Amino acid sequence: MADRKRHQSLTPEEQKRRRTRSLALALTLGVLVVLFYVVTIAKLGPGVLQRPM
Amino acid sequence: MSTMSNSLVESQVESLATAGLSQGDVSDFFALLKPRVMFLVVFTALVGMVVSPSNVHPIVAFVSLLMIAVGGGASGCLNMWWDADIDAVMTRTRKRPIPAGKIQPGEALAFGVTLSVGSVIILGLVSNWLAAGLLAFTIFFYVVVYSMWLKRTTQQNIVIGGAAGALPPIVAQAAVTGHVSLDSVVLFAIIFMWTPPHFWALALVKSGDYERAGIPMMPNVAGPDATRFQILAYTILLAPLGMAPVALGFGGLAYALIALIGGFGMLALAVQVYRLRQGEPAMRVAQQLFGFSILYLFLLFATLLVEHGFGFFRPVFG
Repeated sequence: MADRKRHQSLTPEEQKRRRTRSLALALTLGVLVVLFYVVTIAKLGPGVLQRPM
Repeated sequence: MSTMSNSLVESQVESLATAGLSQGDVSDFFALLKPRVMFLVVFTALVGMVVSPSNVHPIVAFVSLLMIAVGGGASGCLNMWWDADIDAVMTRTRKRPIPAGKIQPGEALAFGVTLSVGSVIILGLVSNWLAAGLLAFTIFFYVVVYSMWLKRTTQQNIVIGGAAGALPPIVAQAAVTGHVSLDSVVLFAIIFMWTPPHFWALALVKSGDYERAGIPMMPNVAGPDATRFQILAYTILLAPLGMAPVALGFGGLAYALIALIGGFGMLALAVQVYRLRQGEPAMRVAQQLFGFSILYLFLLFATLLVEHGFGFFRPVFG
């Protein structure tokens, strides 16, 4: 109930700003995931896939 | 009566709901990172990388550069958090996100600390801990030594604080080679020596601003004439220092020409600033020196970038 009240009190402009902030944060996290993956491959090389069974 | 109390409760709920909600847009958060300073950090760091022979993977070099940029942006953000009170009274800075009321100080602090810690840790993991330590030191120096301590207490604020802005080439070289050599130290020295004439030329023009904000810039404390003398003194040291990369062998023919012509340009303007002390011409020439100093530093570093990054290096000797 309290949550609904909070959402109702946001103006459309505030909602838009919050949405863009959330999207930017999601994008940043996505970039970090890709970055860590690419750096891991770059540092370890293709050998990262060849593990003794 | 009941309608009145209902609307009162509603307005209280509304203010409580919005009090904890950020009002900033993504662009406001980006502005906290001082994008223009960040560009200078990336640019000088990139030059620090290209003049250093290394066989580091390009992706590792790119991510290192990105983290140096983020670290530089984070220190700019923390500087804005600390200086919000003086930013509000200066015409040049009053539209920054915190004094403009778009971002709360607490948000800026959290943003800056998160980016600082994140950039240092990632740089350490991606390249090495020497580079990460140097980046951490750069952020500490800019935020604590310059912003919190020197800026409001001494007229030598930007001289000593300038070290933070000069460190990126050293951090970058450490990131790709694992050590610090004389080459990047010379790049550091050039930026360090360039900072006083650059900022004091601006301070001569904007001395009223700094006076209002209570910042002890050289023109407000020692007077405009003493500042003009110091601008000239630092420029006399800077011009030959700009030639040091040639002497060390990593500045080629093109660099030598640019450094020579640019150095004479800086000297000529510094002499003019020293001579012209009254009225509009004095302000105009100080503004010209401020503008030319940016071009000078940009050209020096851009030439090194072109020479080393694009294979245009032609040695001056031999």
